[in-house]
Amino acid sequence: MSAAPRTLFDKLWDEHVITVREDGETLLWVDRHFVHEGSHHAFRKLDERGAAVAEPGLTFGVADHYVPTRGRPMIADPEVAGMVERLSANAARHDFRLFGLDDPAQGIVHVVGPEQGLTLPGLLIVCGDSHTSTHGAFGAYAFGIGASEVAHVLMTQTLWQRKPKRMRITVSGRLGPHVSAKDLALHVIASIGTNGAQGHALEYGGTAISALSMEGRLTLCNMSIEAGARCAMVAPDETTFAWLAGRPHAPSGAALAEARARWLALAGDPDAEFDRDIGIDGNAVAPTVTWGTSPEDALPITGRVPDPAAASGDAAREAYVAGALDYMGLAPGMPLEEVAIDRIFIGSCTNARLEDLRSAASVLRGRKALVPGLVSPGSSLVKRQAEAEGLDSIFIAAGLTWADSGCSMCVGMNGDLVASGERCASTTNRNFRGRQGLGARTHLMSPAMVAAAAVTGRLSDVRDLPSLEG
Amino acid sequence: MQSFTTLTAPACPLGLANVDTDQLIPARFMKRSRAQGYGGFLLHDLRFDEEGRPRATIPLDDARHAGARILIARRNFGTGSSREAAVYALWDYGIACVIAPSFGDIFASNAVKNGLLPAQVSEADAETLLGLLADGGNLTVDLEALSVTVAGTNTAENHGQRFSFMIDPVRRLQLLNGWDDIDLTLRHTAEIADYRANRATSQPWTFPEPGMPSQA
Repeated sequence: MSAAPRTLFDKLWDEHVITVREDGETLLWVDRHFVHEGSHHAFRKLDERGAAVAEPGLTFGVADHYVPTRGRPMIADPEVAGMVERLSANAARHDFRLFGLDDPAQGIVHVVGPEQGLTLPGLLIVCGDSHTSTHGAFGAYAFGIGASEVAHVLMTQTLWQRKPKRMRITVSGRLGPHVSAKDLALHVIASIGTNGAQGHALEYGGTAISALSMEGRLTLCNMSIEAGARCAMVAPDETTFAWLAGRPHAPSGAALAEARARWLALAGDPDAEFDRDIGIDGNAVAPTVTWGTSPEDALPITGRVPDPAAASGDAAREAYVAGALDYMGLAPGMPLEEVAIDRIFIGSCTNARLEDLRSAASVLRGRKALVPGLVSPGSSLVKRQAEAEGLDSIFIAAGLTWADSGCSMCVGMNGDLVASGERCASTTNRNFRGRQGLGARTHLMSPAMVAAAAVTGRLSDVRDLPSLEG
Repeated sequence: MQSFTTLTAPACPLGLANVDTDQLIPARFMKRSRAQGYGGFLLHDLRFDEEGRPRATIPLDDARHAGARILIARRNFGTGSSREAAVYALWDYGIACVIAPSFGDIFASNAVKNGLLPAQVSEADAETLLGLLADGGNLTVDLEALSVTVAGTNTAENHGQRFSFMIDPVRRLQLLNGWDDIDLTLRHTAEIADYRANRATSQPWTFPEPGMPSQA
């Protein structure tokens, strides 16, 4: 009898099973554990038990959430400095590799992992950060965990999990000009809702996904948590292998040949079944922006701010939309392209890789931003590469601030904040109330769309900007 | 870990949808040590204005719902970041159970590990409960029986009306027993060692070599 056909996720799951309890809880092996300054609660739990880190060689620290992006290595806020120092102290005491503030490879954990070849196909990767789903772009099983689970992994290098259901989103066709993985991600979230993939491991496939660069796949898997999926993935292919070639911790030589054979076999079997299977027409995805306070509140830029009254008969929906518009300071029916902005931000684990910076720079080249803005590269290596290409000069000439790498203005805990009442066009992942700062109003969009908003001072369709090149 | 069996307590009809973890506890408070208590940060920016004055606009700050230990919310409670501090804020405030039609996955997992019950009810039952508790009242949550019972509302109606809720059966047992995951895992030390040895042999590239350079 032949084995039942398996999905990519089935294979990743099976490969990490240590033991299955009678109740179905499964103990899984963790190949990579990333920790950051915010992991301090978990280290305290370790201390309370007097326990050691089980696998320091599989544990990697990255200073990203709290680090300032300007004026380094000084940290003005003593509380923030304390957070960064605490991570350094834990790394030293437990003897794991730290990409600290002064490390030339420091950056955002979800950019550093892939960049260093620490993120590989077939691995199980966890981190105390919900956007760990990012790493699934390589065909890894990667998900965010809370402090109790971080402590468990530190002490045992394992995690108890129930197997999630399997969901596939097939994106047919091809994304149009100036339409990026970010637009696709927002389109998907708006289509299925922020809890649309809850309880599911999400796999992406189809021609539009195959055509995406690694950076695009990372953006898409990153945003999948905003659709409720704890993990998301794309089967590894030649695009994946090309990206990994020569990365510091990626296998090479004979090991690479052996690894490649394993990685190619991870792709789902042709007849494998999914609990949910959804199709999206890639050709129909437009540049997309959010108007409200949840990532599902997204519409094509050609649309209008929704009217709460349109939710006739659904009082809860009406109240939700009205509340969101009140917070965002928007009037029902207003064309999205008439929404004036106060500042822009380009950065975060979602959209601060080299391709993202190139995309924004291509719009900003030879133009001036009408509003102030901050550009924070995804890692210190991305920053150096961008500078080698002259992208920094384009941002600075446009009037924007070119900063160091970190979670920066996405997360509201390191000093980079949007002021109360200010409206920010942002390449980040969450438009939650107060996410970018108390009272901040966030509109999520792609790097090219943020750049377009910068030069017009309002939400704008990047496709309508006259080309300055050629 | 704290166990949960039954709870009879005032229930607050929070009624909001998509209560994300950034709202449950804004990021700027997460530098604090838990020892100081996180209860004062719960839903801070909904409850206090920029000068720290109470807005008193959400049901949590309504005198009719004083002493609430149960929250009733709309869909997708606890969506967003993995911050366990969101659970600490609820727990330290006194909340031991949240009733909602759906929860963020990571939040629900974090909740159970801290003894807080995420009780999933249908959309219709959530709406009914929000209505019944509008003027205040108590609910009894019974994890053994998977039921929520109206234990007296201030309008004295619907006493004894019963609703059922759902929770993953394993999480239910964990909460009922107050099991500690790490103690359970340490019983499997030999199997973990075997797995590790096998993985190191069969896929050695999954173990990055120590001391390798960090730069591309």
